[in-house]
Amino acid sequence: MWQALRETIRPKGAELITVGMDTLGAAGCAPAIQAANAAHPSLIDTHHQMASLFGIVNIPQAVWINEEGMIVRPAESAPPPPAPAAEEAAAPEGLDALPARMQEIMVEASQIQSDPAAYHHALMDWVEQGEASQFALSEAVVIERSKPQSDDRARGHAHFELASEAATLGHKDLAVKHFRAAHALVPDSWTFRRQAWSLEPVDAAGPFARFWQGPHPDRPEAWPYEGDWLSDIRAEGPANYYDPFSGR
Amino acid sequence: MLTKQSHLSKNEIRDQLGWDIKPEGACQGEWCLPLSIEEDTAGFEVKALAKALHMPLVEEPELSLSALGPSAIAGHALTSAKAPELALPDLDGNITRLSDYLGQKVILYAWAPY
Repeated sequence: MWQALRETIRPKGAELITVGMDTLGAAGCAPAIQAANAAHPSLIDTHHQMASLFGIVNIPQAVWINEEGMIVRPAESAPPPPAPAAEEAAAPEGLDALPARMQEIMVEASQIQSDPAAYHHALMDWVEQGEASQFALSEAVVIERSKPQSDDRARGHAHFELASEAATLGHKDLAVKHFRAAHALVPDSWTFRRQAWSLEPVDAAGPFARFWQGPHPDRPEAWPYEGDWLSDIRAEGPANYYDPFSGR
Repeated sequence: MLTKQSHLSKNEIRDQLGWDIKPEGACQGEWCLPLSIEEDTAGFEVKALAKALHMPLVEEPELSLSALGPSAIAGHALTSAKAPELALPDLDGNITRLSDYLGQKVILYAWAPY
């Protein structure tokens, strides 16, 4: 769907650049990138520079940048383009065959809210009208709407990078130590949490390994983190998973 | 930003931390922070630079590695609306820079395989 969007915006002077945020780097991102076989740049962000540079805290999120290199919309939730009605109406199949935790994850995920129509209407309006678009924000508003930053949050970003590098180098205990610090200091970052959780091997997860993001059902005491995807989304509420599109 | 270095050059500070070192100070877009530290033959000393730019420095002795976090001076993730430089590889290891796309609108889209 994003590839189809890209073909629409390219003739209008806009480009889509995707950035896969994954400590596993090329190995983690390759299957999806290769399956997409996209013509646009598909970049890999091993240590989440997108978080420290742009304030990304969840995925998918996007930043809009104009021809002069100025950000006109800071990091915000970016749902995929609206699917054709026939696709939306199709009910998911095979849920009963999934492990219980995956079924629970799918139930929570189905309650996550977003507004693809509003977002993509705004995106196309900006692509076509540029700075005349009501959705292109002023510099002051862009800065104001970017994520808050504090010394603690900034320290959390530093811990995250150390965690990601430690994980890359095979230093599991160090990675967990720094991931935990990052989670505590940047509590609203789903990407910091999900990255760490996705790296924990759970043999019960089978093909869903990276989406399990929680303890082994028979060994919950071995889970090294304070939260997990299912517990955290239930505590925060799936309706709050993404901030609503702010529009103008 | 991860580093094993004790000093950073102006180019490294620009490319990896997003700050342009100019006579008026360390700048992001039109916003500049006066610098009280000086460059020596090796560059800018990392610890002093971190303090001057209000960036946390976290050290991990077991890896002989340090990480510089983003500056918190503006109270927001963005100090300026000028997009910082982003230089990342593709699957083949070829580096693409965000600045290569000046002259076009860019939708910079973050995703993850988990």
